[in-house]
Amino acid sequence: MFTWKTMLLQDSASPLMEQLTFFHDHTLLILIIITVLVGQLMLTLFTNKYIHRYLLEGQTIEIIWTVLPAITLIFIAVPSLRLIYILDEINSPMITIKSIGHQWYWSYEYSDFKNIEFDSYMIPIDEMKPWNFRLLDVDNRITVPYESQIRMIITAADVIHSWTIPSLGVKIDATPGRLNQTSFIINRAGLFFGQCSEICGANHSFMPIVIESITPNFFIKWISKMTEI
Amino acid sequence: MSFAAAALKLEDLKTAPFDPRFPNTNQTRYCYQSYVDYYRCQKIRGKDYAPCEYFKKVFHSVCPNAWVEKWDAQREEGTFPGNI
Ligand SMILES: [Cu+2]
Repeated sequence: MFTWKTMLLQDSASPLMEQLTFFHDHTLLILIIITVLVGQLMLTLFTNKYIHRYLLEGQTIEIIWTVLPAITLIFIAVPSLRLIYILDEINSPMITIKSIGHQWYWSYEYSDFKNIEFDSYMIPIDEMKPWNFRLLDVDNRITVPYESQIRMIITAADVIHSWTIPSLGVKIDATPGRLNQTSFIINRAGLFFGQCSEICGANHSFMPIVIESITPNFFIKWISKMTEI
Repeated sequence: MSFAAAALKLEDLKTAPFDPRFPNTNQTRYCYQSYVDYYRCQKIRGKDYAPCEYFKKVFHSVCPNAWVEKWDAQREEGTFPGNI
C-alpha cells in the first residue's frame, strides 16, 4: 500500500542515518527553492507580452546567474563531503560480522569468539506465519547488540550483490573476491529490514536482510547459546 | 574450544582493531596480510610463540571462512602464492 511513509525515508535507527536524513532534507529544500524560482521565471516569460530591446550583452545578469549557482553547489557539496568521510570512519568496533552474498541468500559468520556460521533464507509465502512480513522475513536473523559499533565485512561468493539496511543508513556492494567494510551503531532495539540492492539473478528480490537488535547482555547470551550448538 | 560458553562476558567481546595500513572500505588486504603474517610469524618464531596468535585472531575475524579453507588447502599442496 502506498502511504507517505513509503515515499519518504525510513525512520532512522542509527546516528549515520540521522545525518543522512538531515542532508536529504537540506538538499531537497534547496531543490524546491530552485524549482519554484525557475518555474516562476518560465511562467512569467510565457505569460507576458514584453520584448527585450537589449537582449544581448547583459554582463551583470550573466555574472549573477553564474556565481549564485556556484555558491548553491558549495552549500550542497560541503555537507555531502563531510558525510562521506563520516560514513567511512571506523573507530573501535566491538564485533565483526561477515556477510557473504550467494545466489540467492545471505550467509553470516561471527568469528570473533568461536565460529558461528549460518545461512539466512527468506521465508516463502506458503510457510509464512501470520506475524511474518511477506518477502521480508528470514529464517535466521542477524542478531546484533545495540549502542555498540558493529563492523560488517561484506563479500559475495558468485555474483555481485548489495547489502542494505535503509534505516541504518548502510548500503554496500558485495563483490566476489573483495572484502568491503562498513560499520554502524544501532540506537535502539528492534527489527531492521533490507533487501539485496544489486540485480543478481532470478531470485534477486527474494534475498532479504533482517537485523535483530537486542541489548548487549542478551547478545552475550545469544552468542553463548550459538556456540553450544 | 576451552571457551566455557556461560563464562562469556561483555568484556570478552574483542575483534580485529582498526588498522591504519588499511583505512579504506576495501579490507581484502587486511585479511590476506594477516593470514600471511600469521604463518610467516610461526615459521620464524616457532609454532608456540604466543604473539603470533594475534594475527590468527585478526584473520579469523576478517577473512571469510571459505577463503581461509581455500588458502589452507593451497598451503598443504604447496600452491599458496604468498610469501610465507
Ligand atoms: Cu543479490
